[in-house]
Amino acid sequence: MSHIAFEGTKEQMKALLSCISAHKGEAGALMPVMHEAQNIYGYLPAEVQTVIAEKLNIPLAEVYGVATFYSQFSLTPKGKHKVSICLGTACYVKGSDKILEAVEHELRIKCGECTPDKKFSIESCRCVGACGLAPVMIIDGEVYGRLKPDDVKGILDKYLQD
Amino acid sequence: MTVEQLKKIAAEKANIINVRRIVREQAEKLSRTTGYRKQVLVCGGTGCTSSHSHEVIEQLEASFEELGIDDVLIVKTGCFGLCALGPIMIVYPEGAFYSQMTPEHARTVAEKHLVKGGQIVKELLYVETVHDDGSVIPFSEIPFYKHQMRVALRNCGVIAAEDIDEAIGAGDYAALARVLTEMTPDGVIEEIQKSGLRGRGGAGFPTGMKWKFTRIAEGDVKYVCCNADEGDPGAFMDRSVLEGDPHCVLEAMTIAGYAVGAHEGYIYVRAEYPIAVDRLKIAIKQSRKYGLLGKNILGSGFDFDIHIRLGAGAFVCGEETALMASIEGKRGEPRPRPPFSAQCGLFRKPTVLNNVETWANIAPIILNGFHWFSSIGTERSKGTKVFAVGGKIHNVGLVEVPMGTSLKTIIYDIGGGIPNGKQFKAAQTGGPSGGCIPAKHIDIGMDFDNLVSIGSMMGSGGLIVMDEDTCMVDIAKFYLEFTADESCGKCTPCRIGTKRLLETLDKICSGNGEPADLEKIKEISEHMKSSSLCALGQSAPNPVLSALEHFGEEYNAHIYEKSCPAGVCKSLLNYYIEPDKCRGCTLCARNCPANAISGTVKAAHEIDAKKCIKCGQCIAHCKFNAIVKK
Amino acid sequence: MVNLKINGIAVSVPEGSTILQAAKLANVRIPTLCYLKDVQCVGSCRLCLVEATGARGLVAACVYPVSEGMEVRTNTPRVRRSRKTTIELILSTHKKKCLSCVRSMNCELQKLALEYNAEEDRFGTDHDLKPIDDLSASVVRDNSKCIMCTRCVAACEHQTIGAIGPKNRGYSKVIGSPYDVSLAFTPCVNCGQCVVACPVGALYEKSAVAEVWGAIVDPSKKVVFYTAPSVRATLGEAFGLPVGTNVEGRMVTAIKQLGDVECFNMDITADLTIMEEATELLSRLENGNPTPMFTSCCPGWVKFLEHYYPQYIPNLSTCKSPQEMFSAVLKTYYCRKNGINPDDLFVVSVIPCTAKKFEVSREELGGYTDAALTTRELAKMIKEAGIDFANLSESEYDLPFGDASGAGAIFGATGGVMEAALRTAAVKLGGDGAPLEFKEVRGTEGVKEAEYTLGGTTVKIAVASGLGNARKVLDAIKSGEKDYAFVEIMACPGGCVNGGGQPYVHDEVRNNVDLKTLRAQALYDYDGERNIRRSHETPAVEMLYNEFFGSPNSAKAHKLLHTKYSKREKY
Repeated sequence: MSHIAFEGTKEQMKALLSCISAHKGEAGALMPVMHEAQNIYGYLPAEVQTVIAEKLNIPLAEVYGVATFYSQFSLTPKGKHKVSICLGTACYVKGSDKILEAVEHELRIKCGECTPDKKFSIESCRCVGACGLAPVMIIDGEVYGRLKPDDVKGILDKYLQD
Repeated sequence: MTVEQLKKIAAEKANIINVRRIVREQAEKLSRTTGYRKQVLVCGGTGCTSSHSHEVIEQLEASFEELGIDDVLIVKTGCFGLCALGPIMIVYPEGAFYSQMTPEHARTVAEKHLVKGGQIVKELLYVETVHDDGSVIPFSEIPFYKHQMRVALRNCGVIAAEDIDEAIGAGDYAALARVLTEMTPDGVIEEIQKSGLRGRGGAGFPTGMKWKFTRIAEGDVKYVCCNADEGDPGAFMDRSVLEGDPHCVLEAMTIAGYAVGAHEGYIYVRAEYPIAVDRLKIAIKQSRKYGLLGKNILGSGFDFDIHIRLGAGAFVCGEETALMASIEGKRGEPRPRPPFSAQCGLFRKPTVLNNVETWANIAPIILNGFHWFSSIGTERSKGTKVFAVGGKIHNVGLVEVPMGTSLKTIIYDIGGGIPNGKQFKAAQTGGPSGGCIPAKHIDIGMDFDNLVSIGSMMGSGGLIVMDEDTCMVDIAKFYLEFTADESCGKCTPCRIGTKRLLETLDKICSGNGEPADLEKIKEISEHMKSSSLCALGQSAPNPVLSALEHFGEEYNAHIYEKSCPAGVCKSLLNYYIEPDKCRGCTLCARNCPANAISGTVKAAHEIDAKKCIKCGQCIAHCKFNAIVKK
Repeated sequence: MVNLKINGIAVSVPEGSTILQAAKLANVRIPTLCYLKDVQCVGSCRLCLVEATGARGLVAACVYPVSEGMEVRTNTPRVRRSRKTTIELILSTHKKKCLSCVRSMNCELQKLALEYNAEEDRFGTDHDLKPIDDLSASVVRDNSKCIMCTRCVAACEHQTIGAIGPKNRGYSKVIGSPYDVSLAFTPCVNCGQCVVACPVGALYEKSAVAEVWGAIVDPSKKVVFYTAPSVRATLGEAFGLPVGTNVEGRMVTAIKQLGDVECFNMDITADLTIMEEATELLSRLENGNPTPMFTSCCPGWVKFLEHYYPQYIPNLSTCKSPQEMFSAVLKTYYCRKNGINPDDLFVVSVIPCTAKKFEVSREELGGYTDAALTTRELAKMIKEAGIDFANLSESEYDLPFGDASGAGAIFGATGGVMEAALRTAAVKLGGDGAPLEFKEVRGTEGVKEAEYTLGGTTVKIAVASGLGNARKVLDAIKSGEKDYAFVEIMACPGGCVNGGGQPYVHDEVRNNVDLKTLRAQALYDYDGERNIRRSHETPAVEMLYNEFFGSPNSAKAHKLLHTKYSKREKY
């Protein structure tokens, strides 16, 4: 179904199944289950969506429709380090598009992509609410604010080490 | 928990909280009754957390241990509002306002100020709180706060956000107690109706009327929903309320549940707000433990409980029918109304939905009465409004002012004006659904109707300030990119209209615009406004139309002169080295990724426009301001 | 009742009616695109927008409720401009290959574009074509023509399959199966309800027309057609005849004019099915084999059961469908009798159904059918051959498979198989004077139940059409709430008369008349006029048993007329 090889472990599947059974019968269970599935696997593999569809008795087309409607659900694995650049208005007015360009330039991939070594992936987001620090970039949950394009390299270098 | 037990907690905590609310002399007196010599409030909101405020707290704790300080209370609060200065720390009873704290600063403050007999460390205070004569202004009196009136944000930055006792001490749940013991459901609705409160989420629909429709709708099962899917990129007041005072939302939803006859509530909150989600979870847990949620609340026999549902990144889910579809586990596509949510909402049951800021206004109305609330604001817009002020302005942050406060007051008196001596050009309100307010309207009183009258809207209260360096065509394009990306794709006008509109703006910004394009823009825009299914599509053209109305000459410059007056639209710019300023340092040439710059050392350089990719590296590296965009 | 005015015309409609319903009473046409009666009502295409007092802005007539004193305007300049722009925006995303499109002259979008004077390129044209999915045995999807009305999705949801759905959002939204997997690898049951729901040429059947023309002109092939019961009741619609016109005679003439072919009557193997199925049922009851027994004539239903209720496979009658029985008979008995090498016989079934195209490819059935043409494809061939269908003289089916019973003919309507079975059973169990008509099982109701005492035996039966209704019946059986001896199920709502291979009917007609009932009535009228009305009385059936099969459920019958099923995974 998907061209991405599924690399899920038994433990992950166990966690997924227990999450599904915890939500089973609950009204509107699909979204909470998908959130947790993404937490477990880092993205929503085709195989996982199929399990969700089967267990919650929802057509796979519907599960997939939901997965592709919301921008937070990902169908592809993310890099080890997730670089997210805020393109909310406050950040944009302060030049976050230049920050994104700098990150893309530095990592040699485009927004939405993952580096070949799976070390970094870039995504854009809409406002994390840290407008006071605009423009901001978030790496693995850590917020870097008041950025200038020249700051980018130094910050990324820190993550290159490990 | 009984009402008496609730009152007992409130009484125990009241003085501690009040020290943070009153003027310095009284605070010092009151402080002595609390058992704490001083209180240190450190902001734990998203902005300050991003600036590592938790490290400040850890350092304080370590220093206290080291210095043997055991009578100073550390409080991790929600957002103070002045996010640009984070991490923020305030010491009471003095009201000393420390900004941009680091762990080292925290150690210094602990050693010099917080120890017995210590003195304020003036060098670390926010500059505007220190007079020229060296005297210190308490933070509540600095211009940023002085002009504000905090109703919805009353407890944000005042209480420990994860401590229900502090929330109760600050007055949370007192309104619920009054409602459950003294008021009828109809009485509650009447109070809200008479207050004139209008929804703070965008459309400004009268809240009391919404409740009433839900109350009279037939059905045994009804729901109360909270829209915490703050989607306007640049607005973050809802996040701040959830982070700073989550209990006020739980309380208000419970009050609404009582008023409309619902026993279950859902909070739909953005997954991008992890701190808010955590605090909500903690608050719900605490509230259940105290019996303020669950069965037989405060012994009244009324049952109510609240669930959290996470959004997943879809702006359209701010629309009520889409939000409900999302809670139901579906794609967040809106459906036509009627039937309205009050009759047929979540799971097809009567549902009342309000946004966070609206909920935050409920308890004060119940406690202070509708007369008090309706005395604030303007004729048709009562109460206060929180604005998330951002963009090209000094004091980026959250500002709560009475409705009708002028834009000028917000930008200059509270916001501290435009940085770098630049000119104010326009302010965008209402986010992607709103429009811009040009400089000529800077005296406009900010309320629902005034904003609509000049082609903008209140929206959720995002207020982005733009200076002369902002291209209004580019900004319109930015918003349209947003709405095109966020359109759910259900109805034709929005799905295809946003795309065609964006293509046209792209064409104009890239220098290929034709005069007929303006007509096309107007035509598609009007069509989307009149024919789209939901408010997203109906309002998506607003930023474009409003920019066209107020800054038509900028569109014309792009189309007829192929130039971008603000110097933003790359395709319309040429980079140029002013020979008299260039010293021939070669830095630009060395940093040009396209090898477009030629010249010899100590001689003026030149840019080959054909090779130039307009990346801006040369300008960034030039130390003599010799390179300009023309 | 609510009183309102539409373009000044006063009408009175029941409370809760929509503006669209009220407009119909006032004889005011409001164009629709995403709306389809009994299938979808979501107000998303924005074509039915009108002005109404008391409403802010334009409102969607298909969903907006009327109110007392409301005044509606459906043709103001503002309304017309909105509709024109909506159509033009759709056209900017549409692959405008109208000349060669299967839906040309029969396309809702084309019709509206013409009516509203839309300019096809005013907002440009997208040149990025989306891939065509033609891997399914039954349905082809060309998303470059899709206008995102989601009627196909709603139709599939009604069938409780959900093989397709919307993917992505905004301008990137597309309709299809998950990932980029073909429909062929989903739990799609090939019912084709999506195809008849589609207003444009984005969905159509996998055509067998070229193959059939090839066989007709191939001198080494002998080509035989046979037509399914409901085709006679619907084919005329493709030639502008009123819904519910029985065109059997003209149809046979037309088929014979396609080339040197013979044309048989599939009602005969419907009758044969009754013989086999009734015998099977009695043996199940006697031997304690699983009951209720489910009918197996509908390949959509069979695949549904294999996917969703495999535990009931033992309950499914082992009888092949009438199509597969007929092809088996032709390739064995008929070839032997006429000295034809089975490889030289090209068997074409004409069916109202897209699932039958899939059925042809099921290996366990022996591959006896060479091509299955939908009613629409037959119409297309007749047009291509330049035949003036409406004015044709009538012909009779070729022998020996010409005359059949009325019982076989009503197989095309929901309840028909059951009624046919009851007619024969009543005689076999009760002797002379047995009842002939069983009206309780007629009609378009989704689930019908009845209890009959035939010759002292009481049987509880149920009839369901539409897979949503099938699910209800199965769940009731599963929970033990219901218990039946025999259950008839058809995948399409209303049975084969409303099959996925039937002619396209313009929305304007489809939304205003009861297609299912009118088409079924043509079959019941035909049945009423027949001399033979019970399956076991059909001479060709007697002939087959006498000359070939011996008796129902004989070893030979089992070999050629019965089949087996297997569980299918959904994903």
